[in-house]
Amino acid sequence: MTTTVAPDVAAVRLAGGAWQDELRAARMVWRREIIRFGRNRLRIVTSLAQPVLFLFVLGTGLSTIVRGGPATSGSNFRTFIFPGIVAMTVLFSAIFSAVSIVWDREFGFLREMLVAPIRRSSLVLGKCAGGATVATLQALIILVLSPLVGIPFSAPLLLILVGEMVLMAVALTAVGMVLAARMQQVESFQVVMQFVVLPMFFLSGAMFPLTGLPQWLTVLTRLDPLTYAVDPMRRAVFAHSSSAAHFATLSPGVSWFGWRLPVGIELGVVLLIGVAALGIAIVQFSRPD
Amino acid sequence: MHVLTTTRAPSDPAPSPGAAPGEGNGVLAVQVDGLEKRYGEIQAVDGVSFGVSQGETFGFLGPNGAGKSTTISMLCTLARPTGGRAMVAGYDVVRQRADVRRRIGLVFQDTTLDDYLTATENLMFHAELYGVERAGLDRRLQQVLEMVGLWERRGGLVRTFSGGMKRRLEIARGLMHSPRVLFLDEPTVGLDPQTRSHIWSYINQLRGQEDITIFLTTHYMDEAEHCDRIAIIDGGRIVVIDTPEALKAGVGKDRVEVRTDDDVAAMRGLLNEFGLEATLSEGAVTFHVSGGEEFVPRLFAELRVPIRSVRVSRPTLDDVFMAHTGRTIRDAEASSSERNAASPWMRAARRR
Repeated sequence: MTTTVAPDVAAVRLAGGAWQDELRAARMVWRREIIRFGRNRLRIVTSLAQPVLFLFVLGTGLSTIVRGGPATSGSNFRTFIFPGIVAMTVLFSAIFSAVSIVWDREFGFLREMLVAPIRRSSLVLGKCAGGATVATLQALIILVLSPLVGIPFSAPLLLILVGEMVLMAVALTAVGMVLAARMQQVESFQVVMQFVVLPMFFLSGAMFPLTGLPQWLTVLTRLDPLTYAVDPMRRAVFAHSSSAAHFATLSPGVSWFGWRLPVGIELGVVLLIGVAALGIAIVQFSRPD
Repeated sequence: MHVLTTTRAPSDPAPSPGAAPGEGNGVLAVQVDGLEKRYGEIQAVDGVSFGVSQGETFGFLGPNGAGKSTTISMLCTLARPTGGRAMVAGYDVVRQRADVRRRIGLVFQDTTLDDYLTATENLMFHAELYGVERAGLDRRLQQVLEMVGLWERRGGLVRTFSGGMKRRLEIARGLMHSPRVLFLDEPTVGLDPQTRSHIWSYINQLRGQEDITIFLTTHYMDEAEHCDRIAIIDGGRIVVIDTPEALKAGVGKDRVEVRTDDDVAAMRGLLNEFGLEATLSEGAVTFHVSGGEEFVPRLFAELRVPIRSVRVSRPTLDDVFMAHTGRTIRDAEASSSERNAASPWMRAARRR
């Protein structure tokens, strides 16, 4: 064997496991999600079609039978469901992003991440940040439609809504990661859709007010994490909407045993669920073979 | 913080092919002692021991299911050994996993690229996860992409690449962080012959350009010929380790394949007249004898069976495998295919 060693082989410093390296790795995992999202125009368009259908077709159609009847302008019911539709957009996008880790597993890329000399928690945090960013971006596009449903643009309202969206997006992506950790096949995504995502959406009060419901349904709605994300957004919308007075009855808030929860507690519940889910996801992905 | 450079003084002598463990410049790149892996009832790796010198290209040759991939995944810290120990680049594969991972490059049997990223993005992702210093990054990127002939295609989405291009890109990616040891698990499996030979020309070129130890597995005999040394592995055990030349010389005898009108009678005749054990392999009566060419006239004179054709060949690695295990590698694969239906790496990855 004749070995000629090129003298100009690049010298390379290797990571030593410092937190800067972990941060760098997490940021790259995050960036990959953004790159892939930006490249997938079809996904952006398809994921917007559903909220638009809900908002303008279902929202307009159902507004003829809700309290007040057709006499009340149709835009009022649309105003009511708007926060729910924003939450739906975040929910679907966040879960889809998280579950994409199953695709990564199926097509092998997960292994490229798992064999890297970095902590699994950096991978989970990066992936979660990526999914949350994508979900927030998609919901932002829906937010642009708010003047069409009787919600005037106002900086304070937008800030509140975006803040709540980010919190919800992080928590839901973390929940999705927990679901994805044990999932072996891409087909399981359908199961998650039917048994987790859709029930979460329907029970959250996104489409109807959570008062005067039968006892069993009331209990279920209070167990749904999404309930505590939808209500703060609805309160913010009604506080800033011109037609707020008409709909005080439609935004009764969420109560536990007759106690109406303040917004702070509701957001605290969402935060708690997010942190817990993140912790569980990290433990699951860190489990050695 | 460890600082490693891949630069080596040109005067530094390269390890000679077939250098025995312990020779050369001190620490072995890979050192394995009684390594074992048991999956439930199956003893996938049954106490293997060997050493690989720095700069050496070392091959694991054996049929599918022999324990090659399981061994490699333990060396790469992806599977935990159930017995024995292994050091890679001077670090223990169980207790110093991160240290090992930082110093090894991996090319798996199945692709692990992101199809929706470009070639450059895939390499950048890898560089960021391995903490490659930013200063030399662009240069290194160009270096590895040029090495595998993909520099012109750096901006292309990986999903538009052919199978051979993807494998080359994976090799480039495995080199991005200048590993001490590059593990190639069946680097050419599933590729057409022309692409296979391309991959090998890149690997051979890489051996000249980088100060790197290459550890590969293969079940192709012709590929094992590229290695400085090979270990033949069968049933989870190492049968023999040596240079390809020494292994073939060790067989000593030439292979003779005879096509006859009555194979059974021919085999009986060979045993009775010459004391030679023959087997029926791929429609030919096959046996090994020293001085094959000189034996042929005797064969015609003394074997009382009509002979249609005779072929004499120098021993190949196939014969080496045959001599040490008593069967051909193809027969071995047929009998063990059900034992390891899925590669342990896939199982390891899916269990997470």
